[in-house]
Amino acid sequence: MSIGLLSLIILVLTLVGYVVGKSRAIASVAGDIRKLHSLPPFYGRITALLTAVPAFLLIIGWLLAEPLVLENRALALIDPAEIPQGQSADLVMSDVRRVAAGLDLLETRGEAIAPLIAAPDQLKQAMNAAGIVLQTEPTPSTLAATAALRSAKATSRLAMVVAAIALTLGGLAWGLSRIKPEFRARNATEGFAMWLLIGCSLIAVLTTVGIVASLLVESLHFFRLYPITEFLFSTQWAPKFGGGGTLGIVPLLWGTLYVSAIALLVAVPIGLLSAIYLAEYASRATRSWVKPAIEVLAGIPTIVYGLFALITVGPLLRDYFAQPLGLGNSSSSVLTAGLVMGIMVIPFVSSLSDDIINAVPQSLRDGSLGLGATPSETIRQVVLPAALPGIVGAVLLAASRAIGETMIVVMGAGAAARLSLNPFDAMTTVTVKIVSQLTGDTEFASPETLVAFALGLTLFVLTLCLNILALMIVRKYREQYE
Amino acid sequence: MKDQRLESRVDTQTIKIQARGAQVYYGTNHAIKDVDVDILDKTVTAFIGPSGCGKSTFLRCLNRMNDTIASCRVEGKITLDDEDIYDPRVDPVQLRARIGMVFQKPNPFPKSIYDNVAYGPKIHGLTRNKAELDAIVESCLRKAALWNEVKDRLAAPGTGLSGGQQQRLCIARAIATSPEVLLMDEPCSALDPIATAQVEELIDELRSQFSVVIVTHSMQQAARVSQRTAFFHLGNLVEYGETGQIFTNPIDPRTESYISGRIG
Ligand SMILES: Nc1ncnc2c1ncn2[C@@H]1O[C@H](COP(=O)(O)OP(=O)(O)O)[C@@H](O)[C@H]1O
Ligand SMILES: [Mg+2]
Repeated sequence: MSIGLLSLIILVLTLVGYVVGKSRAIASVAGDIRKLHSLPPFYGRITALLTAVPAFLLIIGWLLAEPLVLENRALALIDPAEIPQGQSADLVMSDVRRVAAGLDLLETRGEAIAPLIAAPDQLKQAMNAAGIVLQTEPTPSTLAATAALRSAKATSRLAMVVAAIALTLGGLAWGLSRIKPEFRARNATEGFAMWLLIGCSLIAVLTTVGIVASLLVESLHFFRLYPITEFLFSTQWAPKFGGGGTLGIVPLLWGTLYVSAIALLVAVPIGLLSAIYLAEYASRATRSWVKPAIEVLAGIPTIVYGLFALITVGPLLRDYFAQPLGLGNSSSSVLTAGLVMGIMVIPFVSSLSDDIINAVPQSLRDGSLGLGATPSETIRQVVLPAALPGIVGAVLLAASRAIGETMIVVMGAGAAARLSLNPFDAMTTVTVKIVSQLTGDTEFASPETLVAFALGLTLFVLTLCLNILALMIVRKYREQYE
Repeated sequence: MKDQRLESRVDTQTIKIQARGAQVYYGTNHAIKDVDVDILDKTVTAFIGPSGCGKSTFLRCLNRMNDTIASCRVEGKITLDDEDIYDPRVDPVQLRARIGMVFQKPNPFPKSIYDNVAYGPKIHGLTRNKAELDAIVESCLRKAALWNEVKDRLAAPGTGLSGGQQQRLCIARAIATSPEVLLMDEPCSALDPIATAQVEELIDELRSQFSVVIVTHSMQQAARVSQRTAFFHLGNLVEYGETGQIFTNPIDPRTESYISGRIG
């Protein structure tokens, strides 16, 4: 039985649970629903939840655990001699998995698979014809492991179906047996809702933990192959594809900070001042079209900004500033990328700051105006200090965006790692190098590729520090002003 | 007895603010209808009346705070020392420095206690050095009966004070610009009885220096602190006169019913 059909059966039983639970609750008080603790739909709902939730949890858990258990057993059947020198059993197991999947496919197409298993060369041909590419003919122990895997899987699925349906029926029966006028169905559904919410936030937290853990593990691999001090302190970024290059993060980090700093120098004043205009001076009519117009900037794909940097801003800066000033003649420069990126993050600063400034209570403005302050004095001395924590948050959000940006940098600042103070020089950033180290035909075990994870980890630590800083600032002001 | 004492004092006083035919509209809503009133110098004037009758609106006309509301339109003539305050030559910002205001809800700025009080003197350049500013802050906090409670923590945020202390801080802040008139819009409605008593005592002391206009919902409060009372009803000024006369011997039947609790 397929998972889809099984789910359908459970859903039908759930619906039955709802309808029967509700009508049973009504019947238990002979139609006088005032005698029930909760409204009748709550009795239906709790019965439906008891029917569906445990069964689906079982299915999910089963499907997650099944491969781990079964593959361990299949692995034991593989002849250690067949594992090629220097490779792990994983490769052989992936063959086993592929053959098993191929056999499943052929079986569903109605082909006889027993003769194929007896003749490995025909099996390989049939599989290739079905679109599953096998490099070599499966060895006998692979085939044995495959067969064991498939039969175990079939048994396991059958067991799962039986267990799930049993659990569904059990939940249904238990749910119905609990329906009495004094049963607090409303509170019980409330409990379910809480667990649902806990589950969702747990998923978010666990995903973060998982991402960080995988970054950490791969970075540790890298540091086993490449000294961490060299990575952190070398001022050279010169990877060689044969290996043996220098992989110092300093020039990349410098590029990242330089570009982001320029971007913030552009975005913070423009964004903040336009937010102040919108929140304090603009009429409602002006506001209603200026604000969306600024927010459009956030919707432009970064590749379009990149084009703008490459074709317009870069040559402009080169022809009118860099060359006349004798500061270089490259059209890719930190300044180009920084300016364009600054424009990109303006809406992050302005839109959020605008909301925050609007949230400052009118009574504070009245107080200041009532003392004879002008509107701009009021804004500088009362409104902005009150809005500061939120504005800092907005700026740091913009900073995180700038630090993580890749496309504008590639097209505006180039891809050459360099340590230089000249804003008209081409430089590059951490994110660009992560992309370039991972693209192309590279092996996943050399320091040249693994360095990408270490770079990613550094970036993560950097943005984490920014966020912690933001939290600290916000908390400091909260304590002071609330 | 009290009435006689006040009467003799009031009679000798000059008119500080005069309104003639004042009308206020919020869009099409006619909120204040043809109000004439004379507010005397060095006197506490109370505005009473049921909610929504336009007390706050009229109060806000007196220092042109209504200018900050886009839909609001004021007509008629309002003068301060015989000078029309709605004359185009009058700078509303300067005017508000002369007519201080205390609001219903305490609204200390997100600054230290010291900076809250020093705010007005600083923006108007009233002092030449730090010592003078310190002196103003101290004297205003003393007048507001707050000095003893906060003198050791002038650098602490004003928002950290209790509600009653915050309101007294706002009063200190308002008198620090040395206004000629102090407008107070239900200054005690967010305060407990003890803080209310302190503020009322303060108002009575302030009367020696300024003219005070106070909006209040409590008739006892109006009777306690004011010498003159104006009763508003549905945007009209129904009756204006000596506080004692309004409370003991009202002329208009509407005033009578409000005071005896029949309109409210
Ligand atoms: N900002 C405003 N915009 C529009 N109408 C207002 C505004 N403030 C007050 N009003 C209207 O003006 C009338 C008088 O209100 P208000 O002066 O606040 O009364 P009071 O202070 O006596 O309770 C009410 O009808 C109120 O709805
Ligand atoms: Mg009011």
